Amino acid sequence: MTARIGVVTFPGSLDDRDTQRAIRVAGAEPVALWHKDKDLKQVDAVVLCGGFSYGDYLRAGAIARFSPVMDTVIDQAKAGLPVLGICNGFQILTEAHLLPGGMLGNDHLHFICRDQKLRVENADTAWTTDYEAGQEIHIPLKNMDGRYVADQRTLDELEAEGRVAFRYLGFNPNGSLNDIAGITNAAGNVVGLMPHPEHAVESLIGTGRTDGLPFFTSILKKLVNA
Amino acid sequence: MARVVVDVMLKPEILDPQGQAVQRALPRLGFEGISDVRQGKRFELEVDGPVDEAALARIHDLAESFLANTVIEDFTVRVEEVAEAAK
Repeated sequence: MTARIGVVTFPGSLDDRDTQRAIRVAGAEPVALWHKDKDLKQVDAVVLCGGFSYGDYLRAGAIARFSPVMDTVIDQAKAGLPVLGICNGFQILTEAHLLPGGMLGNDHLHFICRDQKLRVENADTAWTTDYEAGQEIHIPLKNMDGRYVADQRTLDELEAEGRVAFRYLGFNPNGSLNDIAGITNAAGNVVGLMPHPEHAVESLIGTGRTDGLPFFTSILKKLVNA
Repeated sequence: MARVVVDVMLKPEILDPQGQAVQRALPRLGFEGISDVRQGKRFELEVDGPVDEAALARIHDLAESFLANTVIEDFTVRVEEVAEAAK
């Protein structure tokens, strides 16, 4: 008996297969979910993966947020379903107001693709328990709209409550406020980040490290021990 | 028949690098004396039937929930009469 983790495919999703593979590498069972389907097939957790859902028209993630599958994801996330948003998935989570703040174009106005150093700031969320707080990791980053913004009150609240989950180290690649790379909701079940842990789960490819794998082993342990 | 225009702008406190890039290009084009440019979006909604209070309220809801993300953007809604001759 292992955990079943859903991966939503929207029109324009790019990393659904990589994300499914990362889930499998971690030892869980990936379940493909479709944007037009309200049914989450009784999965134990959901990953919203990277890409350019619906062409990112209007705003990144803005149209995906109103897709049938998201109605169910939003309801169940509020009830405690673990949800991880990576890149476009993070943008969708902010558009859905499951996470505070918003995502805008990189401050330098260019697409950026690099191996990015991060510090894990919160190792208590559903998706980060296999890290240690303060741990430094390298995972790939690739995006156009990676600039995290929020008003000062929200930033203060995130910082005070330890809800900045990941911070860019050494170089802020997009102008994100407070060097924020990822955040969590207050309950710790909904986490979003711009860099791509699913591209760093095997030593053969990517950064040559498996620094992204703990996302998927963390959630697996949580679900199997639940 | 009327047109309703929804203008969406980034909130004033949010950095607008696109607007800044436009502003920086202006002196090269011979435009002096423009100290700031901010870039926004304009939506033109062609409305069937009268644009009464109820229709405007619905468009306001649409702008608030979808056309703008009020976490990062402000919006305005206004009616623009469409001249029949122009059609």
